[in-house]
Amino acid sequence: MTKQQANWSPYDNNGGSCVAVAGADYCVVAADTRMSSGYNILTRDYSKICKLADKCVMASSGFQADVKALQKLLAARHLIYQHQHNKQMSCPAMAQLLSNTLYYKRFFPYYSFNVLGGLDSEGKGCVFTYDAVGSYEKVGYSSQGSGSTLIMPFLDNQLKSPSPLLLPALDAVTPLSESEAVDLVKTVFASATERDIYTGDKLEIVILNAEGIRREYMELRKD
Amino acid sequence: MDSNQAKQHNLLGSEAASERTLYPYVTGSSVVAIKYKDGILMAADMGGSYGSTLRYKSVERVKPIGKHSILGASGEISDFQEILRSLDELILYDNMWDDGNSLGPKEVHSYLTRMMYNRRNKFNPLWNSLILGGVKNGQKYLGMVSMIGVNFEDNHVATGFGNHLARPILRDEWHENLSFEDGVKLLEKCMRVLLYRDRSAVNKLQIAKITEEGVTISQPYALKTFWGFAAFENPTVGAEGSW
Repeated sequence: MTKQQANWSPYDNNGGSCVAVAGADYCVVAADTRMSSGYNILTRDYSKICKLADKCVMASSGFQADVKALQKLLAARHLIYQHQHNKQMSCPAMAQLLSNTLYYKRFFPYYSFNVLGGLDSEGKGCVFTYDAVGSYEKVGYSSQGSGSTLIMPFLDNQLKSPSPLLLPALDAVTPLSESEAVDLVKTVFASATERDIYTGDKLEIVILNAEGIRREYMELRKD
Repeated sequence: MDSNQAKQHNLLGSEAASERTLYPYVTGSSVVAIKYKDGILMAADMGGSYGSTLRYKSVERVKPIGKHSILGASGEISDFQEILRSLDELILYDNMWDDGNSLGPKEVHSYLTRMMYNRRNKFNPLWNSLILGGVKNGQKYLGMVSMIGVNFEDNHVATGFGNHLARPILRDEWHENLSFEDGVKLLEKCMRVLLYRDRSAVNKLQIAKITEEGVTISQPYALKTFWGFAAFENPTVGAEGSW
């Protein structure tokens, strides 16, 4: 019998869910604030949402240390872009940068599941959804993280977009008003909290529109 | 025919040539810390275990860092000493600027997070869970970093078994603006539970306090324990012949 050896994994899943919904002139990005490790809750008040540019907000769940490193990297790259181009990065530009950054570590990935939400250069809402190695697509709404399997089908039911294969391409953004979209997001998280142990404590909602960025919070179940 | 020899195949190649950390040797047990009215309180026992042997009984696992922070560590003691050496260098260079500015707890915590994460990226981790607490310009700060770089701040934190045994107590009984006496009582309650239930805990601890005024680390002392439960006396009553 061999001696029992300590072993360690470079990855951990700190849990949580993220959602983003794009509207005609707004974008809603939301995530819960629970951070877990295994069956432990490490803290009930950790933000998974990061503002990358004036009109571009990212929500990420997964391995928190990788998420933090990714956020720092993108923020630094954005600063350099601002120095070089004398303007903020647009949301679609940041979307491509995120994809490239993730693929750069294709063989030791960032264990980070991201949704990028913001306004494009015309002020219309846009949402980009990613996997851990940078595969991405522009969509009308998306969810990632531990509760995504519970949330996504419900969003499909309420917000079903036209097929991206149609020609001419139809608008993917939801016709819902901003307040209706925010209510939908609150409902969706309350439901996910019931059945996903890693989702709960508090919901942080960031709303981007022509007036700027606004933040809302809602309590979730703490069990 | 060599079925009795365990062949250790791993992606990292020959183990003899590897200089990466594979497992910890001398380890410290839990650290528990809370924010209170004037600053941070942090407690850790003084044991250094070598597997299941209690090898060292006077290990100081909470140390002051610069003017504004204290650092507590559980896990591999030699890695903790290495971290202290790195932080010493950091604080020294900060002092050498001689510009009146000094690194606060938030900055030190960020430095530690980057250090732990970068070592994890190279597959050669520092095998510690660190707690960094401090006060600067009236702002209290308390954060934790794990060996793979997971970090967060909160009003109360703990490492290792403390997460399982102390955090629930703190979630129930911690509140804003605890007095020093209440804070110490709360920490001692947590440390007592750890003493009863954590195999690697020892009954010799230090409590460190940091406020805007400075750092105080208490002299080592022992907690009072109670073992006079009726069920512990005559344990074989009701099961004659057992022991």
